[in-house]
Amino acid sequence: MEQIAENIGYLFQYPVLNIKTILDGVMIGAIFALAAYGLALVWGVMNVKNLAQGDFVIAGGYICWWLAKQGWVHPLLGVQVAFIVMWGFGWVVYKLIISRVIERDLFTSLLATFGLAIMMAQIMNLMFGSDTQSVNLGYETFFFFNGFVDVPMVKLICLVLAMCLAFGVIVFMKRSRMGQAIRATSQDSRAARVMGIDTEKVYAFTFSLNSAICGAAGALVVMIWVIQPFYGITHSVRAFVIVTAAGLGNLPGVIAAGLGIGALEQYGGFIFGIGYQQAIAVVLLLIVLFFRLMQQRRKRQSLS
Amino acid sequence: MSRNHLFYAVLLAATIAAPFLFPSYTAFLATLWLFIIVALTWDMTGGQMGYNSLGNIFFYGTGMYAGAVIAIGLYFPVGEWTDASRTEVLTVTGGQYYMGMLLGIPGAGLFCGLCAYLIGPLFFGLRGPYFAIGTLGLAIAAGEIVSNIEWLGGGQGISMPHSPLHPDFEKVLIYFLYAGLGVVLFVFLKWLYSTRFGAAINAIRDDEEKAEAMGIHTLRYKTLTWAISAVFVGMAGAISAFQLIHFEPLETAYQTINLGIFMVVCVLLGGKGTLWGPVVGAILFHVFKEVTWNYFLGGQWVALGLLIVVIVVFFQDGLMGYLKHIRPDWFGIRVDEKEADA
Repeated sequence: MEQIAENIGYLFQYPVLNIKTILDGVMIGAIFALAAYGLALVWGVMNVKNLAQGDFVIAGGYICWWLAKQGWVHPLLGVQVAFIVMWGFGWVVYKLIISRVIERDLFTSLLATFGLAIMMAQIMNLMFGSDTQSVNLGYETFFFFNGFVDVPMVKLICLVLAMCLAFGVIVFMKRSRMGQAIRATSQDSRAARVMGIDTEKVYAFTFSLNSAICGAAGALVVMIWVIQPFYGITHSVRAFVIVTAAGLGNLPGVIAAGLGIGALEQYGGFIFGIGYQQAIAVVLLLIVLFFRLMQQRRKRQSLS
Repeated sequence: MSRNHLFYAVLLAATIAAPFLFPSYTAFLATLWLFIIVALTWDMTGGQMGYNSLGNIFFYGTGMYAGAVIAIGLYFPVGEWTDASRTEVLTVTGGQYYMGMLLGIPGAGLFCGLCAYLIGPLFFGLRGPYFAIGTLGLAIAAGEIVSNIEWLGGGQGISMPHSPLHPDFEKVLIYFLYAGLGVVLFVFLKWLYSTRFGAAINAIRDDEEKAEAMGIHTLRYKTLTWAISAVFVGMAGAISAFQLIHFEPLETAYQTINLGIFMVVCVLLGGKGTLWGPVVGAILFHVFKEVTWNYFLGGQWVALGLLIVVIVVFFQDGLMGYLKHIRPDWFGIRVDEKEADA
């Protein structure tokens, strides 16, 4: 208890610590927002809640890490490789599993993707071991405020890459023919089918795109943070928090919520200690769920 | 004596005789009963009431800790017991051990029931996938938080008092605790599902809005059902605590991907929303797991994930659903010939 009070005291005593915490949070949060956007896409288009979302992120991270370790691909190029590989992986998963549960009730898809999440985490554990891994690019670090705030170059690069990816996806969804088809399907899949859109193709494409976005996000995570086979569930939970807080099809909301979650988690880690970091992500989920529930109660509806 | 009565009598006799007939399988059979208990309780909310929880393991872990705290706290300060740096040896006498067991198991059940009763109104506003994700979050959060509480031993876990019995007799005692709880639960559920209460929770599953409109106080029924299932899971958790002697929060108590998902798989395998489905599913799953587990050489968890996916995707109605489909008359469903032709 005293420790917590003391930590809060530090935040007031040295206001620059706030700047550092928020900056760290924003840089991590941008990546959370990417994964959450993928989840919102799949959720909105085909009404599948993907609990393996975080494991896609971790898988992308391992692709980048492994290629860099072999010395084949520079980690920054590994982001693109992870994007492409996870695209193919997502397509296979869609054809094998998701296409069979898409018409079924929601718990079915939730449980099927939970099974997939367990399977992926264990396969990665068998392949890469259970140690935490990260890629160190060895770029310089900038210091501000007498060294209180450190901003590593690599974090800035990752932030820019994340922004580029998000921008690319937004433009794609707005301008391209496929993007229009995806948006039409998410509004009304039956009408879209009547209008000649091959919804099956749209579903496969959306799920692959989601998986690819997650893969790229994971490759960014491995450069600025650590990955471990069993961290996937926490990333899934974060994605759910963000989507639940922001709502579907609300891209600015997703980005804002992503950055906010990142900052809140950093604050939580600072105040309660690093041991609570996983717990904070999950407790945020419960808080957001109940907050949304209270909003719905006012309209005499339940959260479904 | 009808055929049904004879069937149940034979089953009961087999239950009582099993640990003496197959002494080397006692631990296996005890775990089997644990699976049956958690599957039956999961089915209360998941199958009969339509609220698919992924976090019923929360009550299992909480039951373990509650049982441990009661059994230890009766005679020693818990903080002192879990203090890793203590040098003096704390032991309990035989009488104290059984007293702890006698109070700890029902106490854990009541505590979990109370927990469910208190958090139920919060969670039952969530429907469908939100309920599943919310309860999953509850279980994960509880495990993470407990592993940071030093008073409960933190991430190292907590050790139970040592049993005064010889390990072989201890195994039999644990078996009968599980089996007794399982039999009581089964009889209780058989009765419960035949009452208006059972009809009410089935109505909630089929159409909650209509049930509400018909005058069923749905929230009260949902909370009560969850609390009843929590009582039994909590008691099973406390028995597990006595069985395991030492346990830690993340992998044993709040084992989200282990027992937490097994119970759902058992129910799906056997058939959701039936009385016998969870029992049959638990037996099938546990036997399958025990027989094949050793052959996967570290890949058993991959196989488990695959099994979940396969069951969910291809075999969701479960064994009982399949039997209902091919032999409807066994379940008292009469198929009209004309209707069947059409």
